[in-house]
Amino acid sequence: MRLTRRQALGLSAGAIAFAATGLRAVPASASPEDAQKRIMDFTGGKTPESGKITLNAPEIAENGNTVPVSFEVESAMGGDDLVDSVMIVAEANPSPAVATFHFTELSGAAAATTRMRLAKTQNVIAVAKMKDGSVYMDKKEVKVTIGGCGG
Amino acid sequence: MISRREFLMATVALSAIAGPGMAGRWTRAAAQQSLSEDALLASEDFGNVTLVHITDIHAQLKPLYFREPSVNIGVGEAKGVPPHVTGADFLKLYNIEPGTPHAYALTSQDFAALAGTYGRMGGLDRIAAVIRRVRAERGEDNVLLLDGGDTWQGSYTAQQTAGADMVEVMNALAPDAMTGHWEFTYGADRVTELVESLPFAFLGGNIYDAEWNEPAFDAYRIFERGGTKIAVIGQAFPYTPIANPRWMFPNWSFGIREEDVATNVEAARAEGADIVVMLSHNGFDVDRKLASRVDGIDVILTGHTHDALPEPVIVNNTLVIASGSTGKFLSRIDLDVRDGALKGYKYRLIPIFSDVITPDAEMAALIDKVREPYEDELKRELGRTDSLLFRRGNFNGTFDDLFCQALLVEREADIALSPGFRWGNSLLPGQAITVEDLHSACAMTYPAAYHSMMNGKLIKDILEDVADNLFNTDPYYQQGGDMVRVGGMGYTIDVNAAMGSRISSMTLMKTGEAIDPGKDYAVAGWASVNEGTEGPPIWEVVENHLAKNPMVTIEENRSVKVIA
Repeated sequence: MRLTRRQALGLSAGAIAFAATGLRAVPASASPEDAQKRIMDFTGGKTPESGKITLNAPEIAENGNTVPVSFEVESAMGGDDLVDSVMIVAEANPSPAVATFHFTELSGAAAATTRMRLAKTQNVIAVAKMKDGSVYMDKKEVKVTIGGCGG
Repeated sequence: MISRREFLMATVALSAIAGPGMAGRWTRAAAQQSLSEDALLASEDFGNVTLVHITDIHAQLKPLYFREPSVNIGVGEAKGVPPHVTGADFLKLYNIEPGTPHAYALTSQDFAALAGTYGRMGGLDRIAAVIRRVRAERGEDNVLLLDGGDTWQGSYTAQQTAGADMVEVMNALAPDAMTGHWEFTYGADRVTELVESLPFAFLGGNIYDAEWNEPAFDAYRIFERGGTKIAVIGQAFPYTPIANPRWMFPNWSFGIREEDVATNVEAARAEGADIVVMLSHNGFDVDRKLASRVDGIDVILTGHTHDALPEPVIVNNTLVIASGSTGKFLSRIDLDVRDGALKGYKYRLIPIFSDVITPDAEMAALIDKVREPYEDELKRELGRTDSLLFRRGNFNGTFDDLFCQALLVEREADIALSPGFRWGNSLLPGQAITVEDLHSACAMTYPAAYHSMMNGKLIKDILEDVADNLFNTDPYYQQGGDMVRVGGMGYTIDVNAAMGSRISSMTLMKTGEAIDPGKDYAVAGWASVNEGTEGPPIWEVVENHLAKNPMVTIEENRSVKVIA
């Protein structure tokens, strides 16, 4: 078994909470159309192609309140091959826009990890906007379950 | 394929028909004569390395009865293909004669009668004898023994010792590596303590520190056997924190993490591995999909879904091997590894007929020793059953019907819910129900039998949620258990419908009325994953029920209507 960083640092459990965008008491969830509109606003009306960007998220969330999500974009991050920004959208969250990450040549790589809150089972979409204006996307369904009857 | 014929060799010239009057000593003697230890275990010399796989033992030290499912529905690409083939279809698919030892071991057909003929199966002393023989035949340096997990939980003695009995016995068996699932339900501190004490590797490439997102366990280890290097990648049950209480191990995160498996395969190859074996607790359908998407895995030793298949399923050049559960079977895979690659294999799923295989004396003595402090309690009789009691099956099992009856009466509920676990031994008609038997179906660390008011909509949501864990057409979204068992309520399930619309016609049995989404019902259940669940342990509830109703008769369960 490995020595974890927590053991090394002597931290106790549950010290750090990452920002989540969900609101606490929200009456309704957004529709995929709202999410689509957000994406179109971000891309300037262009429909993203698949490829270049890889989105990583669990198939089933262990805790819907803090779901880890990460992405990486294939890019040299130099010259003409630059990623401008990446937007993450949760289709059925009350507020579908989760986060937008901006990159520069100095970023070195277009990759990031964060955590988000998911109201229910839904598609999470990551859209990458390149400096040359081309746009790419990846999508993953993340299930939020009641849990407890497996095994 | 060679393996089918080889597998069947043991059944040639055997045609035991077990009518009610025939299931006595004569047929059992005949069975033993034909099914000799040599016929079961003898093997030609093949290749240079042997893998031995055991999995999902669920702390069963002694021989037992375990009925395979009669209903195991596959969806999507898994529809109608192994392991989603049962009963007569299974026998036909693998050319197994009804009534033979292998028909008894592998299906539910005529189970009670054949159990009378062929006896109990499993027992770690028999497993030890087989392993000793394989090591002697092949040479210790040419054998890898791999344990797929769900080893430390599932019996009264494991419960009492928090897994210590199993660790002691397994250490004597000397596996080279294991992975886990139910192990984690002893809580992070206990798991850490036990894992650190192991003289072998506990592998889990998909277990991460939940906060730092860094590996919490070693992902793989490379073993030198038979002059070759074999990488073993461990894959724990991906949905442990969802199917079991996350609060018991809050700092560990799991998941399938397919991209990590691919990375580890490459890393192991780069370190010089000739072949890559994945020791997995993913469940069969998840592993079948993973094998189709991740290149470079030679063998997946799968577990979790408790399937026993007499042949490997080959996907994308990967042998997917399913070795059953509860110690009923052991898989032996002889491999020919040359020039840095797998050139050939011979596979045999060995059924552990306890009356045929001579127990290993040392192991038998050790098992007696770890059980000795609890022997009186283990033997204590709680009742007797007229009916065959079993759990396995997608929708219901008679053992669960007994649990649901006990919950309805003892907890004064309208509706009972019992989890669709795949472990839990079978009892034959006429058998006494002992403490040991009862605990084989419920020994666990979160046994509280709760009583709670739920409205009809919530009950439907729970059923829909569990149904999707079982029947989502994408295996990566399946959790590998069976459907939650329901007492006091009937329903219809369309397994091929979309999430949220599979369940209909929910009916309260005692009144015949339709379940009202807005109305509250008294619901009793057990094994809630929520922290702070209150109620007596489920075994106490069932024991109290048996004290008042010591003779168990279970009528055929017609409360679930299945559209498949």
